Amino acid sequence: MSAVAFVIISILTLSAALAAATNPKLMHAALSFAVMFVGISAFFFLLGAEFVGLVQIFVYIGAVAVLIVFTILLTRHDQEKTRGFNWSGVVISIAVFAGLVWAILGTKSLSVAPGRFAFVSVRRIGELLMINYAWPLLCVGVLLTAALIGALILVMEDKRE
Amino acid sequence: MTLSIFLIVSAALFSIGLLAALSRRHAIFILIGIEMMLAAANINFIAFWRFTATPTQPIGVMVAIFAIAIAAAEAAVGLAMVIAVYRHFRSTNVDQLNQLKG
Amino acid sequence: MSVGAVDQVFIYFKQWLLSFLSGHAPDWAIQIASSLINIAAVLGVFLTLFALISVLERKILGRMQNRYGPNRVGPFGLLQPVADGIKMLIKEDVVPLRADKLIHFLAPVLIAAAAILSLGVIPYGRNMTPFVIDGGILFFFAVGSATELMVFMAGWGSNNKYSMLGAMRAIAQMISYELPLIITILPVVMIVGSLNPDRIVAAQRYYYFGFAPHWFVLTPWGFTAFILFFVSGLVESNRTPFDVPEGESEIVAGHMTEYSGFKYATFFMAEYLGMFAVSGIAVTLFLGGWHAPLPWLKFIPSYVWFFLKLSILLFVYIWLRGTLPRTRVDQVMNFAWKFVLPMAFTCVISAAVWHYAGHRLAAWFWSAVVIVAVYFTLSIFLETKKKFAPRTYRFAE
Repeated sequence: MSAVAFVIISILTLSAALAAATNPKLMHAALSFAVMFVGISAFFFLLGAEFVGLVQIFVYIGAVAVLIVFTILLTRHDQEKTRGFNWSGVVISIAVFAGLVWAILGTKSLSVAPGRFAFVSVRRIGELLMINYAWPLLCVGVLLTAALIGALILVMEDKRE
Repeated sequence: MTLSIFLIVSAALFSIGLLAALSRRHAIFILIGIEMMLAAANINFIAFWRFTATPTQPIGVMVAIFAIAIAAAEAAVGLAMVIAVYRHFRSTNVDQLNQLKG
Repeated sequence: MSVGAVDQVFIYFKQWLLSFLSGHAPDWAIQIASSLINIAAVLGVFLTLFALISVLERKILGRMQNRYGPNRVGPFGLLQPVADGIKMLIKEDVVPLRADKLIHFLAPVLIAAAAILSLGVIPYGRNMTPFVIDGGILFFFAVGSATELMVFMAGWGSNNKYSMLGAMRAIAQMISYELPLIITILPVVMIVGSLNPDRIVAAQRYYYFGFAPHWFVLTPWGFTAFILFFVSGLVESNRTPFDVPEGESEIVAGHMTEYSGFKYATFFMAEYLGMFAVSGIAVTLFLGGWHAPLPWLKFIPSYVWFFLKLSILLFVYIWLRGTLPRTRVDQVMNFAWKFVLPMAFTCVISAAVWHYAGHRLAAWFWSAVVIVAVYFTLSIFLETKKKFAPRTYRFAE
């Protein structure tokens, strides 16, 4: 049963990713980018990490995709002028993919079946975040604040006297 | 459902992200490609946690949560830079941002 | 037939339906059938409720304006949605020439899909949550935040200035109120210790002194958080007084300008379903879910209590629509960032004070003191008196 789900989700995700990478129309590519993240979030659900899947939908589709769409709107270029396709990019990415697949299939210890499934509750994640990982959490908070203020300063227009 | 099949799918996603980052001219698409690569790495983390580590310690989940937060911060700053560059050069084509060349 | 049987009558019905399959079908088919029955039930109930509310709203607004609402079609006009539905279905579907066909088509569908998805985690009665997810509240808000992207798609796909303006305003509003929406529920999640809607409802099942219910709305922080959550829910579903995105006198119909016939009805449906979902979550988090307010009223089934509380909240929505004028969009965002957000943080602190003061009467007093102190400080800082000074006009030269 989960094999069928895995196949469907991976087809959806990879085709949305291909559409996002190669479609010359900007808006369609940005929206298939959002669909791809739904697929990735479904992967997380399949792997038993539901909290991460929900956070992924929240952060990526609710925030990053909206940011990207806004930026496309503010930098108005509807159609990209495709001067032929960049074959060197395709070659490099296929080479990287082949290398990774060779490395993965060559390692015998990676063909393992799933281990015992222990349900990780949100409460456990909260406890870990606040007790064991409190310091990284505060650092990420500072990082996000700095990113927010930095992005605002970059985009603010100079006040003309 | 072995680990290798999940890793192969995330490797495919990574290489598609690499394709987007390398072969596109528009600055925003390069950012999209980078986000795709980060997401592929997140799938890797969770897959490794699920299959080989002790499942009661949600270490993979922790790393993935922090990776998502950092990727979002990086996307925000990157997009702000794209807007600032567009205001100055009136173009988002990265081929035209070559004033430091030569 | 005991009380419990009436309460669980839908569960027994579903199990009877599933018993036809249990002998023959494999396990996963039974799971899929069970989910499909849940989905069909949710859709059936809420689409009927949508039809009913669309006519009741017009009747209630009419009564508030000292006139009858629609009362020709059927008894008391209650079959009006049938007439409206037929009208919407036979209208010609007009699509602008240069609109992006795929995006223009998908936007209303996806907004309605997001609204329906978010209805799936609300507990409607005892054991009657359609999908039990451990992070149910997070699921609800994640799906709700995906709506912003769809609104943008609707506005952009129409290739129309007014649609684009309306979509930008709608998104600015929705993003500003995302944060207050989530921070106002943070006290409840903090006190209960779980994101599971079933557990949150179960934490409100006690009664003080035998008659006062332990609902979170009856605590100072819960009351403030409920009001702030309700206001944020108003903004998120683009209802008056915050319906700038659909303000007819300003930007025609905002992001829904270029949609006609059935697609407009889908937008309409998505707005109402979003209203139901936010009211449902407010009932779950603050008003005690499906619990009865007094212990001797427990013989009334749980789903009756839930829908009664939901109807009261919907009536307040309609009442506000009939009473308040529309606010300006910068006033809306000022309100969000300068008032609602600090008050929401205060609720979190106040809930912590309440929890650590031991749930006694002193706890109520001290948490109320925190909220009232911050409220008056904010009103001094925001200089609300100055804003009501006589208006100065600047004329074009």
